Amino acid sequence: MIKELLYILVFPGFLFVSIAGLLAEYVDRKLYARLQNRIGPPWFQPFADIIKLIAKEEVTPCQANPRMFHAAPLFALTAVITAFLYTPLWHTSSPFSFNGDIIMVLYLLTIPTLAFFIGGWYSTSLFARIGSVRAVTQLFAYEVPLFMSILASALLANSWSLVDIVLFYTRHPWYWCFNLIGFFVSLVALLGKLEKTPFDIPEAETEVVAGAFTEYSGKLLAFLRLCIDIEMVSGAALLAAVFFPFGFFQSAFLSFVVFILKILGIIALISLLRTVVARLRIDQMIDFCWKLLVPFALLQILINLVLKGVLR
Amino acid sequence: MIRPGKMMQEVLRSIFKKPATSKYPAEKLEMADNYRGKLKFFPEKCVGCKMCMKDCPTGAIVIVKTGEKQFQAQIDNSKCIFCGQCVDSCFKKALLCTSDVELAQLDREKLKVVFQDESRPKDCPKQ
Amino acid sequence: MHDSHKFNIPMGPQHPALKEPEGFSVALKGEKILGVEIRLGYNHRGIEKACEQNTYTQDLYLIERVCGICSHTHATCFVQAIEEIAGIQVPKRALYIRTLIAELERVHSHLLWLGVAGHEIGFDTLLMYSWRDREIVMDILAMLTGNRVNYGMNTIGGVRRDITPEQANDVLKAVSQLEERTKYYIDVATKETTIIKRLSGVGVVSYDDAVRLEAVGPTGRASGLDRDVRRDDPYAAYGELDFKVITDNHCDVFGRTIVRVKELMESYKIIRQTIANMPQGPIVVKVARKIPAGEAISRYEAPRGEDVHYVKANGSEMPERVKIRAPTLANIQVVKHMLKDRYLADMPIVIAAIDPCFSCTDRMVSIEYDSNKKNETISWATLHDYSIRWHRERGTDFTDLNKRFKAGLKV
Repeated sequence: MIKELLYILVFPGFLFVSIAGLLAEYVDRKLYARLQNRIGPPWFQPFADIIKLIAKEEVTPCQANPRMFHAAPLFALTAVITAFLYTPLWHTSSPFSFNGDIIMVLYLLTIPTLAFFIGGWYSTSLFARIGSVRAVTQLFAYEVPLFMSILASALLANSWSLVDIVLFYTRHPWYWCFNLIGFFVSLVALLGKLEKTPFDIPEAETEVVAGAFTEYSGKLLAFLRLCIDIEMVSGAALLAAVFFPFGFFQSAFLSFVVFILKILGIIALISLLRTVVARLRIDQMIDFCWKLLVPFALLQILINLVLKGVLR
Repeated sequence: MIRPGKMMQEVLRSIFKKPATSKYPAEKLEMADNYRGKLKFFPEKCVGCKMCMKDCPTGAIVIVKTGEKQFQAQIDNSKCIFCGQCVDSCFKKALLCTSDVELAQLDREKLKVVFQDESRPKDCPKQ
Repeated sequence: MHDSHKFNIPMGPQHPALKEPEGFSVALKGEKILGVEIRLGYNHRGIEKACEQNTYTQDLYLIERVCGICSHTHATCFVQAIEEIAGIQVPKRALYIRTLIAELERVHSHLLWLGVAGHEIGFDTLLMYSWRDREIVMDILAMLTGNRVNYGMNTIGGVRRDITPEQANDVLKAVSQLEERTKYYIDVATKETTIIKRLSGVGVVSYDDAVRLEAVGPTGRASGLDRDVRRDDPYAAYGELDFKVITDNHCDVFGRTIVRVKELMESYKIIRQTIANMPQGPIVVKVARKIPAGEAISRYEAPRGEDVHYVKANGSEMPERVKIRAPTLANIQVVKHMLKDRYLADMPIVIAAIDPCFSCTDRMVSIEYDSNKKNETISWATLHDYSIRWHRERGTDFTDLNKRFKAGLKV
């Protein structure tokens, strides 16, 4: 019982993942700045931001539905932290693993977007409403290629459990190379999930101020910010576990370090991608996802189906 | 060729370059020598023609006679727009622009500077 | 809120897309813009009126502060008008220095615009890089004039600072550095997919519409409107210099970007010519403080388009009337046309594409209180009553505002 609680609250649960999320935000921001030839923030900047936001006054718009408005950020935060618990971190096992957890992680990572939608919608601000409608519209575009490409990898491993996938690829060391198309598809789709350029349409500041977050302030905004940071870590961890399932050694510490490096590598790729492109329009984004990402995801599934027949 | 990520090379190269920004309050900025910053007044050169007062667009400079051929300049840096017209208007070159631009102050009163000849006795009337 | 319903969102006077306060009320249907209402006047500073109460020398610095980006534009335009009234022959060298600063200002303004355009379409990297390179020209301007903006270079009858050969050398060095960077930006702007996707086909103004709506500057030139005051009505030293007027027939925001980046290349050419051909001699002539009675109109090609100043002198030390028509006022009409039937996402870049300078544009709201009487001075009390009535007609009642405040109730 105590062990489970420790898992949930301390490591790899709430405390660890919050710190990891904020550090990931630092890495992202610093790298973004360095790529733009700027100095960038000091390492404690994300922590300082969160502490400042928590200390600030919380304003609930008088026309907003207070229950929904307050529940949405917590709901989102819980979902992303839970998603992280299922990724095999330091060993080819994870404390809460069960068959089918990959589907659950994928759906848990969908919840923040829906929570943002609910929060934005019930805050009744026009900008928040436009932003939340955009967030959901975008969800339908990137979610399909993301699911398809991640499940393609699971298809090859013949399992819907993250631990089993990792075990399968450990047994067949070089099989992960077949999934590289899927990796790039899901990396781009992850940009949409994390609302980063070129898919930061729901919170495009020059158009809709802060999108669904426009009316949020104080603690609730801090939760939302934390939620996006953790979502980045959880998403990167999922991608690392599914597409780079190697580097698990006897020593738990070494495997853990390797895993963290993999997550950092994926975050660095995200920063790089968001540095070199402009924001797309929502119609262009949907076009791009359905006309380019989905065919590639389908191709990945096809490759894996063929491989499954050949390699057996 | 039209392609996405056209700036990729440039962006990757700048990781290894020195950042273009600087940690400002820690690292001081260097201004050009002839930058128009804070004004300096030489009381011994002033003849009290008050052309600077007349030409000043904002009324930031006030010349007060403190004694026989003695003048004092009261410069309000919160009003000054650093155009340097007073320097041009002065026939005796009693005014000078320094390249000092760091004027930020919490107290408005501290921005008001009085220049007077220190060697002579003070009998300046407060304006 | 259903998508079939029309709703209005306020873009401004406070909005992240706008760098200055200006009201845009956008009627939306889903993501589509049905119409835009533009409201000027949030930043009216009464500069024209203030000019009438100051001497010409003081006005010079006031006029310079009409716009932070094209400060040399307004100052030169104003000075030209005064010089025309007073019949002053400005020394050649002064004219060349004015041209040099004017072109350096155009370079810094266009690089600034490129960055802002990048920011509006969510391409912050372009913003960071183009603003970093803009620092080169800002440093040059600070070195030549003594300030990064509001150069204070002009004075009636010439310029205030001379340019030494070493400074000219530094300028040339900086220009070749900038030229290389500009070539890179031309490459990026015309070959990066996401930029082209966001810019082409957005904010289209056909040639006929550009003529009808009187678009000026790069906005008009991108629609094939071949107009440039520098060539059509040369001022300063432009008559003696060789340069091309860049036009483009894309008619959209992409065309405006191309016009601006290509104009940068022309500016480098002009800067090189001014330095090579700069004549020796005095930089200023002495001018009496009193300007003889008369009036003049002065035109100037600002980075944003044609700037017009009208000055009327009455023989005293102060002008009788000063009138400024900043280029944004001419272009703001076009924005409304450009936004029709576009997406909300295009709004920031379409507004930014005219390179707006709202503070220069802002006008005072005049109230036609009684249409029968043409000019009438109304008392403050009458105006107060009128405004209360005006607001009540539109659904807001301010009459018992003070009472409610005192009672401590929610207003």
